[in-house]
Amino acid sequence: MTQQFISDRAVGLKAPAPAGKSRGVWPGNPVVALWRTTIGKKAVMAVTGVILVGFVIAHMAGNLKIFLGEKAFNEYALFLRTVGEPLVPYSVLLWIARVVLLASALLHIWAAVELTRINWAARPRSYAVKRSLATTAAALTMRYSGVLLAVFIVYHLLHLTLGAVGFSSGAFSHESVYHNVVTGLSGWFVSIFYILAMGGLCLHLDHGIWSMLQTLDLNTNRISRRLRLLSRVVAFLVFLGFIAVPIAVLAGWLGPKE
Amino acid sequence: MNLTLRIWRQKGANTPGEFVTYPVHNVSPDMSFLEMLDVLNEELIVRGEEPVSFEHDCREGICGSCGFLIDGMTHGPRRGTTVCQLHMRSFQDGDELTLEPWRASAFPVLKDLIVDRSAFDRIIQSGGFISAPTGSAPEANAILVPKESSDTAFDAAACIACGACVAACPNASAMLFTSAKLTHLNVLPQGQPERDERTVNMVAAMDREGFGSCTNHAECEAACPKLIPLEFIARMNRYVYRALLRPHRHPLAERIAPGAPSRAR
Ligand code: HEM
Ligand code: FES
Repeated sequence: MTQQFISDRAVGLKAPAPAGKSRGVWPGNPVVALWRTTIGKKAVMAVTGVILVGFVIAHMAGNLKIFLGEKAFNEYALFLRTVGEPLVPYSVLLWIARVVLLASALLHIWAAVELTRINWAARPRSYAVKRSLATTAAALTMRYSGVLLAVFIVYHLLHLTLGAVGFSSGAFSHESVYHNVVTGLSGWFVSIFYILAMGGLCLHLDHGIWSMLQTLDLNTNRISRRLRLLSRVVAFLVFLGFIAVPIAVLAGWLGPKE
Repeated sequence: MNLTLRIWRQKGANTPGEFVTYPVHNVSPDMSFLEMLDVLNEELIVRGEEPVSFEHDCREGICGSCGFLIDGMTHGPRRGTTVCQLHMRSFQDGDELTLEPWRASAFPVLKDLIVDRSAFDRIIQSGGFISAPTGSAPEANAILVPKESSDTAFDAAACIACGACVAACPNASAMLFTSAKLTHLNVLPQGQPERDERTVNMVAAMDREGFGSCTNHAECEAACPKLIPLEFIARMNRYVYRALLRPHRHPLAERIAPGAPSRAR
């Protein structure tokens, strides 16, 4: 512990605080130390971002199964609960996924809030005149599209997972997910909110996917334009895939089969 | 050419500043921007007014002393050019230009267009030294340096620490600067012995100074008069992951003081 680095002596930096002095939780734990740097918090946002983007793409693709008809869609919903049986009991994998996703979303938001506070403090006085030369509207509005998504996720879980909002009593079915989607999205208000939120998601991913690749050091200046294009294409495909469902419901292509 | 300049005037670090408008006449398109300001200052001195303070030294784009925003662009509108190397031919007769100092809590304004950039010096200082032999010139082939590494190190070493990256960044982040300094030494064989230690110390120092974090806007890259690429920030991230996540026999991770980055100043 008394070991000092050569460069400490050279520049007169302090040695690591002696044991017992306030050094926070788990001093010397590499992951905790990483979290304590702005770069580490950003890495947390990128890694949880990978998980969330993976989920969003899978969820979008899964939603499209609704176009295969009521039976196929409901079977898919059942599959999500029975997958892995008999190795793991009913719905265990689903619950693991839920816990991982919730933890990812919370960490993502926590890091975003901390970094935003640091960034605001770093420029207390803004410029009288400032021109943006490189950034995009999507990048400048990440905090707002993020908040929109958080609101959407809470509403969406209360709506189509729990049936606690948006359904008149008894209208939410625990057997037919197809029925829930078609009934739940048949109102203009709800559908428009879903579509607007997917617009927010599209903006968030347009900057988010490319940003995550840069943060994880998968970017070089030679390929940066291609990565940005990839990010935009994925964001747009996810947007189209998601809004297909509320649009189809509004257009009456997925009428209630009851 | 005749111009109208709206310049940030501030007497000292603790006095409030304001914009003051000055007309400048008979500007030659061949003057540099700083020479044009010299002309204005001579007029101000003759009139008994306080000349506009701005920092400069080499006036050839290599020392990193100069820099302020012209119409919201660091070092003015020309890519890859410091304000001392910017010529008045980049502007039109009759232009109205706003001149404003770098704004960041880590770079307090000292006077007019001059800010205190010693935060950068402290980041550099925290990096310590490299254990390269000095004295008589070593045998040229004693240490083989891959071509890619030497090119990368040269690109990174072009950083003149002017602070335009911080000024242009919406988050006032110093990551382009710090990443250039880290890349410069970390890609070379000579920089390997102290690599992880230097990385942790410099990144901790950067956070301590109250700079913001990177949200990959790439404004710094567009602002940099030395064209330091954004990919160096990605590299720096990897240097940090490696430095902290690799097992070390020395207590390297303890260098990161609790709460350090969140300490808003
Ligand atoms: C138009 C777009 C969307 C539609 C139609 C839709 C539809 C659905 C449906 C029907 C379920 C229930 C699945 C089941 O119980 O088996 C669900 C669950 C869920 N959705 Fe969406 N979704 C959309 C967009 C999104 C987006 C953009 C996100 C995330 C950013 C998201 C996050 C979730 C989550 C976290 C669950 C809960 C999974 C669980 O724990 O069971 N959804 N969605
Ligand atoms: S005065 Fe030296 S870089 Fe401009």
